[in-house]
Amino acid sequence: MNMFKGAGSSRRNFLAGTGAAAVALGFGGRSASASGELNVYNWDTYIGETTLATFTEATGVKVQYDLFANNEELFAKLKAGNPGYDIIFPSDYMVETMIAIDMLVAIDHSKIPNMKHIDPDPNFSDPSFNPGLKFGVPFMWGTQGVGYRISKVDGVPDSWGDILASDKYAGRIALLEDVRAMIGFSLKYLGFPMNSVDPDEIAQARDLLIKNKKNFKTFAPDSGQDLLLSGEVDLAVEWNGDIVQVMEEDDDLAYVVPKEGGMVWMDNMCIPKGAPNPGNAHAFLDHVLDPVVNAEIANTIHYPTANLSARKLVLPEDLANPAIYPPPETLARCEQIVDVGDAARLYDEAWTAIKAA
Amino acid sequence: MDSWKDNKLAFGVLLGPPTFWLVVFFTLPLAIVWVYSFGERGPQGQTILALSLANYERAVEWIHLGIIWKSVWIAAVTTALCVIMGFPLAMGIAFAPRRWRNPLLLIVILPFWTNLLIRTYAWIAVLRTRGYINFTLEWFHDKLDRLFTLVGLPEIMGTFSPLELLYNQTAVIIGLVYIHLPFMMLPIYASMEKLDRSYLEASLDLGAGQWRTLFSVTVPLVMPGIASGLLMTYILSLGTFLTPNLLGGTDSMMIGNLIAQEFGPSRDWAFGSALSFLLLYATFIILWARATFARRGAASELGI
Repeated sequence: MNMFKGAGSSRRNFLAGTGAAAVALGFGGRSASASGELNVYNWDTYIGETTLATFTEATGVKVQYDLFANNEELFAKLKAGNPGYDIIFPSDYMVETMIAIDMLVAIDHSKIPNMKHIDPDPNFSDPSFNPGLKFGVPFMWGTQGVGYRISKVDGVPDSWGDILASDKYAGRIALLEDVRAMIGFSLKYLGFPMNSVDPDEIAQARDLLIKNKKNFKTFAPDSGQDLLLSGEVDLAVEWNGDIVQVMEEDDDLAYVVPKEGGMVWMDNMCIPKGAPNPGNAHAFLDHVLDPVVNAEIANTIHYPTANLSARKLVLPEDLANPAIYPPPETLARCEQIVDVGDAARLYDEAWTAIKAA
Repeated sequence: MDSWKDNKLAFGVLLGPPTFWLVVFFTLPLAIVWVYSFGERGPQGQTILALSLANYERAVEWIHLGIIWKSVWIAAVTTALCVIMGFPLAMGIAFAPRRWRNPLLLIVILPFWTNLLIRTYAWIAVLRTRGYINFTLEWFHDKLDRLFTLVGLPEIMGTFSPLELLYNQTAVIIGLVYIHLPFMMLPIYASMEKLDRSYLEASLDLGAGQWRTLFSVTVPLVMPGIASGLLMTYILSLGTFLTPNLLGGTDSMMIGNLIAQEFGPSRDWAFGSALSFLLLYATFIILWARATFARRGAASELGI
């Protein structure tokens, strides 16, 4: 043991030295990240191809871009304490929830001159879930309805009855794995409001879905468009943009919002509390609201934009496509999901009953 | 071997990291979930700490017990299939010539290195309506059709309708058996490799046939490995939620899916915690009952 004594003490010194160096590097790293960086948390396939690059070119800020799959994942991640995100993309009802628990930062409109390009329609410029656009700005919006394969269905399946209450397409239907959407559409088919908190109405919607469960092939979590494309199902309840994206690959597919009504939703860009780079965040919001940048995003992801000036630069075939920009009479039939607070338990129990039946 | 009292420092250093790991990453989170199970759900899905049994009352409703029963059943079928397939596989590898053993083991373990999600998606590509199994069956159907047409019976085969292999319980069980086969096979293989072959030779010399030797000598000797494999496979397939989610269709909700739903879209962590602990309590009760009977059995043998 003695002959190693010299080596041992120098090894110990080496370890102590590297330990001190690591601590120093750690501190140094943290101070470097306070300026010149931005952390964005967004849905998948939901940004343009050049958006982040042009932002970095214009401002010199490096962007770290992470993905989430649904609002609940976003909520769960932020509720435990903001892990360092500056920009998030919650949907309408999630913005409402986050405002109620004080998870969002009020944005400084003076730092975002491009806000003047937002559609002045009150649905976009003064929505009920975010009055006066105090806690975020609108990004893209859209509808939820039914994508279908033209050659395999009889005419146009323009009623929820064809999908939720009939044996016509038994075994060829994929529903969306989304409790509020599916029970909501069932409620609308029965003539009730989509955000009903009446236990009796919810029970009727639940029983309708249980009765016809044998006709549904599966509950697809955001993959309904892939099942439609691969021929696994002939009808899929899905977001309009997803169906438009597969319509590009297959001419035999189409999208319709049933006559009893569909869902209209809006995604927003917000700054969560605890964001480390609020200045860069405001700059990013301003950048995405720029009409040219916004139009590039809309032309890539084929969702309708809330930015009126950008719409002038959107591809004409997208503007003319009723699946992307629905006519006013379709929109009039659509409802927006709102958070129902404690009544969420009714929906949750109904959904468990449907899935376990 | 030294007693730990003689060398407390070494004992502390060796036991320190695993204990720390277990306490911080296992006991503490479990305790937090246990405290949550007595809580309540706020209107936006926050968990409000309270002392209420409402979540447990809701967890033992018939509908949830039905889901637990379905999970127990699917896990039991999976375990049974795994042991029927895994035991001969382990035997085959253990009794193979020495130089073949490692390559054969590699074949079993190699898929393990691929992500579970990707392997489950691969099963979708195999089982779906326009998947590889249906492609193969369609090819055979086509060839037989041509053969019959040549012979003069053109309509006898009819049109090909693909098998509905995906989005049902069968697909879930296929996926689960595929994923858990290594968990069953490896402990059995480990036990079998250590088996003293002279016992088997003795049994054969004394006149027992091959099957009798297998069931009376081999199986009891590798029973620790089998028990280990059964336990791991059963527990892992009971708590699974990925496989029924991707392969399961509309009627394969297992307890894992329900708990994931409560912690995810429903934002009712209190209820999800109560469901998680329900399974844990059931396991504890079974273990306690087993221990009690074992003690009583041992006591009665000693004549107490």
